[in-house]
This record gives sequence, C-alpha cells and structure tokens, in this order.
Amino acid sequence: MTQSVQPQKGYLEAFAEFERHVAAGPSWLTPLRKAAISRFREVGLPTRHDEEWRFTNPAPLADIPFQTAKPGQQVVTAAELAPFAFAEMGTTRLVFVDGGYVPDLSSVGTLPQGVTVSSLAEAFAAHHPAIEPHLARIAKFDTAFPALNTAFLSDGAFVHIPKSVVVTEPIHLLFISTASAEPTVAHPRTLIVAEENSQATVVESYAGIGDGVTFTNAVTEIVVAQSANLDHYKLNRESRNGYHVATMQVQMGRESVFSSHSINLGGLFVRNDANATLGAEYAECTLNGLSLVDGKRLVDNHTSIDHALPNCNSHELYKYIIDDQARGVFNGKIYVREDAQKTDAKQTNRALLLSADAQINTKPQLEIFADDVKCTHGATIGQLDPEQMFYLRSRGIPKVEARNLLIYAFAGDVISRIKIAALRDALDAILLAQLPQR
Amino acid sequence: MALLEIENLHAEVGGKEILRGINLTINPGEVHAIMGPNGSGKSTLAGVLAGREAYQITEGAIRFGGKDLLELEPEERAAEGLFLAFQYPVELPGVNNQYFLRSALNSVRKYREQEPLDGVEFLKLMREKLNILHIDRELMNRPVNHGFSGGEKKRNEIFQMAVLEPKLAILDETDSGLDIDALRVVADGVNALRSPERGFVVITHYQRLLDYIVPDFVHVLAHGRIVQSGGKELALELEAKGYGWLEAGAATPEPVTA
Repeated sequence: MTQSVQPQKGYLEAFAEFERHVAAGPSWLTPLRKAAISRFREVGLPTRHDEEWRFTNPAPLADIPFQTAKPGQQVVTAAELAPFAFAEMGTTRLVFVDGGYVPDLSSVGTLPQGVTVSSLAEAFAAHHPAIEPHLARIAKFDTAFPALNTAFLSDGAFVHIPKSVVVTEPIHLLFISTASAEPTVAHPRTLIVAEENSQATVVESYAGIGDGVTFTNAVTEIVVAQSANLDHYKLNRESRNGYHVATMQVQMGRESVFSSHSINLGGLFVRNDANATLGAEYAECTLNGLSLVDGKRLVDNHTSIDHALPNCNSHELYKYIIDDQARGVFNGKIYVREDAQKTDAKQTNRALLLSADAQINTKPQLEIFADDVKCTHGATIGQLDPEQMFYLRSRGIPKVEARNLLIYAFAGDVISRIKIAALRDALDAILLAQLPQR
Repeated sequence: MALLEIENLHAEVGGKEILRGINLTINPGEVHAIMGPNGSGKSTLAGVLAGREAYQITEGAIRFGGKDLLELEPEERAAEGLFLAFQYPVELPGVNNQYFLRSALNSVRKYREQEPLDGVEFLKLMREKLNILHIDRELMNRPVNHGFSGGEKKRNEIFQMAVLEPKLAILDETDSGLDIDALRVVADGVNALRSPERGFVVITHYQRLLDYIVPDFVHVLAHGRIVQSGGKELALELEAKGYGWLEAGAATPEPVTA
C-alpha cells in the first residue's frame, strides 16, 4: 500500500506525547489505544489509490501538518455558542470544544431516572457498566481514521438509555472546533447505548468558530438493542476551512428502529461513513442525508448497510445540492447476506447541480447473496428545470426567489422528515439563508 | 388607451420563423379569440407575450399598457398585469400550492409597491376566490399541479388568474383535453372575471369553448399571420368549413428559406 510516511510520523509522535501527558481513563483502555495506534502504523493514511477514497482525494489530510488540538486554550462564549445551540430544542446539551468537555457551556435537563448523559471521562470515573462492553467494540479500528480516533481516545460523549425508558426531549451533543494560528486536529468520540425497548432522540452536531484550518476526526458508536427506537441526527456546520472525517457505526437488535439524518451545510472537506449492521431480525434502518455544497467544498457520504439476518428493512435517501465548483460523492453499499431472506432495501441518491462546474460521483454497490429479497437503488442527477423556472416567473416570482423556491423544494423532501420541529424550523431558516442569491 | 398593441411581430425559434407579421390591438374589456390549425403559431404568440426565452423576436413591437413589453422580464410582465394560463401547466413537486400562490401574489404586490398580504388576509382572499370558482380547497394543500388530473391543472390555472387579477389574461388552449364539465368550470371562471377593465385572449383550436366564453372578436392565425378577423360568427363558420379555405392564401407569399 502506498502511504505517506511523513504525516504518519507526525501522528505517531503526537500519540507518544499524548500517551505520556494526556491519556487518562480506565486501565482496559490502554491496550485498546496501543492496538489502535499499531493498526494505524500498519495501514497508514489512505491515498486516492484506495478504493474507498477513489472519488475523494484524501491528500490534504496527509499534507496539512495538523497539530493535536489543546482543549481549554480557546474560550467559547455563550454568545458564540448560541447560533449552534438550538436552544429551542431542549435543555440537555453537552458541549465539547476542541475535543474537551466544557461543563460551563453544558446543561443536563430533567431526565428520566437511570438515564446517563455525560462526558465519557465522567462515565469512566463512575465505572458505568455499559461502556467497556461497547466502546471501541462496535466501531472497528481497522482503517486509518477510526484507528487514530481510538488511539487518541480519552474523552467524548456518552448517552445511555436504560431498558424500557423513554426520553422525549432531544439530547444534543455539540462539538465545536475553534480556529487557531496552526491547523489543529481533534478526535471526538461518542457512544450511544439504547437498551432494550428504550427510546431516545440524539442530535450530534459539529460546528466551527473562526476561519482557521481545523480537522475533526469523529467516531460515533451506537447500539440500538432489541425493540429500542433511536432517532439520530448529525449536522455539520463547521467553518469553510474545516476538514471533517466521521465514522458512525450502528449495531441493531431485533425489532429495533434506527433512523439517522445527516445534514451537511458546512466544512471544506467532509467525509461521512455511516455503517449499520442489521444483526437480528425485523430491524428497520433509515439513513437519510442532505448536503448543500458550494464554492470549492466537498461532501462525501459513504453508507454501508449490512443485512445479516432475515426480515429487515433499510431505506436511504441522500440528496445533494451542488453549486460553483463544489463536489459531492455518494457511495452506498448494501450487503444482503445468505441468511437475510425477505430483506427490503431501498436506496435513492438525487443530486441537483446548480452550475456547469458542479460535480457528483455516485456509486451504488449492492452485494446480494440471498434470493428472496427486494433491493432497489436509483440515482438521478439534474439541473433546475427551465420550464419550472419560467412557470414561477410567469406568476410574478423574481428569478432568484424562483430558483431558491425550487432548490428549497428539492431539499424539503429530506428536511420534512426531521421529527424534531424546533430543529426542522431552524434548519429551514439556515438553509434558506445559505441558498445562492443570484 | 389600448391594453395590448402588437405591431408587425416576427419571431423565430431555432432559426425558423414562426410568427410572420402579427398585428393585433386589444382594448380593455374585450375578449379576443385566436383560432387556427396546429402549427399556425398560436402557442408561440402566447409564449412571446409571456416572455419565454426560446423565442427570438426579429422584428416588430409589443406595447402593454403603454410599456415596451419586450423589454420586461417574465416576472415584470406578470407584475404589470399579464397572465398566461399554460396549455401544459407545470408540476412543481415539493412546492405547496398555497405557499406558491401567496409568494406570487406578494411578489406582484411588492412590484406595485403594495403591502404584502399576511397569512390571514391571504386565506380570506383565497377562500373567496375558491367559492367563486367552485374549487376544492384541498387542492391548495397539495404541491403545485403535482399529481393533479388534467382538469384540476386547468382549474388551478384559472384559480391563479382569479387571485392575481391580471389586466390581460391569455388562455393557451385551456380547453384542450377537458371534458365538458371541466370546460364549463373553466369558462365560468373566466366569465366571472370579465370586466370593463380586463382583456382576454382565448387561444383555441376548437369553437366549442367559445360557446361558453363568447368573444367580441375572432382572429384566424395561419402560417404565422392573422389571415382573417371577424365577430363571434366567424368561429361558427370555421367550425363548419375548417381552416383550409383560409390557409391556402396565407402560405404562398414568402417561401421559407433555410
């Protein structure tokens, strides 16, 4: 494998430093970190020759000398936080700045008994029993970025919903990157465990303050146990110089329901890997996405849904609005294993290209080993319809508004599926404000 | 002052001349029917008036309410009071019909330096117009024309016209594909809007619509020119005799050169 030795060395040195001075947590974490860094040493950073990075050149991630972000150096004020807080959503919010938990900006509302919403460090200290069986076990660290994240694991967000408990108020996990003179990297980690028959809503959002170069390398592990119902949202509103690589790994139990919406409005370079394993019967998994990409930005969504057992459903709808010289990538893998009869899987990818230079690479990848299944996929790429434009304008609606009305209608298909009304309304407004004014 | 004055209008699409010298004047309160065989240029004329980009105007002038219509963008024409009921109304999936219409009305009001209507005021206006036109309110909660039947689409056009209250409405083969009941609804809608200030151009291939919308003038378009004008009785004559006797004369003068 081709690999860039120099940048890898930077991470290895940073790890040595981290291990000496920063690393904390339970003793079982130490061998995990060591295993992860040696895996990273082995595989190195990816290059565009790796199949998984064929359409997204990961070179900048290797070329930019990112320094490990130092939590606590930059202070974020409540006023700076406000635009990203979605205060109307509820009162439970954990805030992390440059990878470090900030209790002063965080709040935990009234939660049903037994529910834990805390930093991972706090949960380690409390010896929470749901951590060791799941942390770094749901998400494997066989590839470079999850391996790096695991190697640098010391804190993060932890959500635990006990058996049969229903949490109605959304839980907001907010990760902020602040800019500094040097490019910095943080490795946020999230573990969400929804035990049997429980229900919760979690919003995981990433935001940037300032215009410096930042890199967020996030890993989120999610367990949705038998008959549990988890509604998940991931928002990216990082700065226009933000690099973002995120891996979400979901493990689903029997009759469980998981839905995730990935809304990408920010960042310069965004790569999301959303992977779900439907490892028991009658699980239902929905992965939807909306990406608004302009300038020279890039958003790459890789999804992988693994139907391991019979009678599971999966739905995917990924939409892209691409302007200027921006690029979108969609790679949707669906595995239907030999045992997974009666699988119903549907994948849709739609892109709206607003300029002649806008680009999308889309690649459905279905691997089906069972014979009694329903699997469909479709990809459409289009431009604004001139006939629709003329119709709107012939009714008196000026060109810019007509254009935005059509773009908004295209996006509305995903936005309208967001179940949290306060978030839906907020995103509506943000989206409208971000649409091109020409 | 005349509402619309078309003078020696020549227009082409993709280098092919479709309109070859149209002259037409419409005064407030008048209903003009434009009839003609397929390919005679009826829809091109409607498209040119509404500001479709595909057409190239090579000669002539159009004044609308004294303004040079050809200088105006489609949305400005609408705001000045021109309305085109489309032959094939366009579907807008994801755009709510009511939201669309309110945006249209408020855009037009903004152009005219009038205050926008708020939600309550708009609902009141909408209900009033729905009642006049006997249109089901449920249509307003659906995406614009998306999943509408042919009749519903045409009714929706007439409803938009009723809300926007244009000075000049052009109906481009609004009758095509409509059954007699839908045709009556459309015609009733138009008749309800007839007024001394408002003009109509009714483009149709068949005379039947003109039983319900009785025109003041009938013009026959053939090969891009008005070859005959008359009163409403001309429509009946056309129904009986066809277009052949008028077309024959129109085709000869200028051979179309590539």
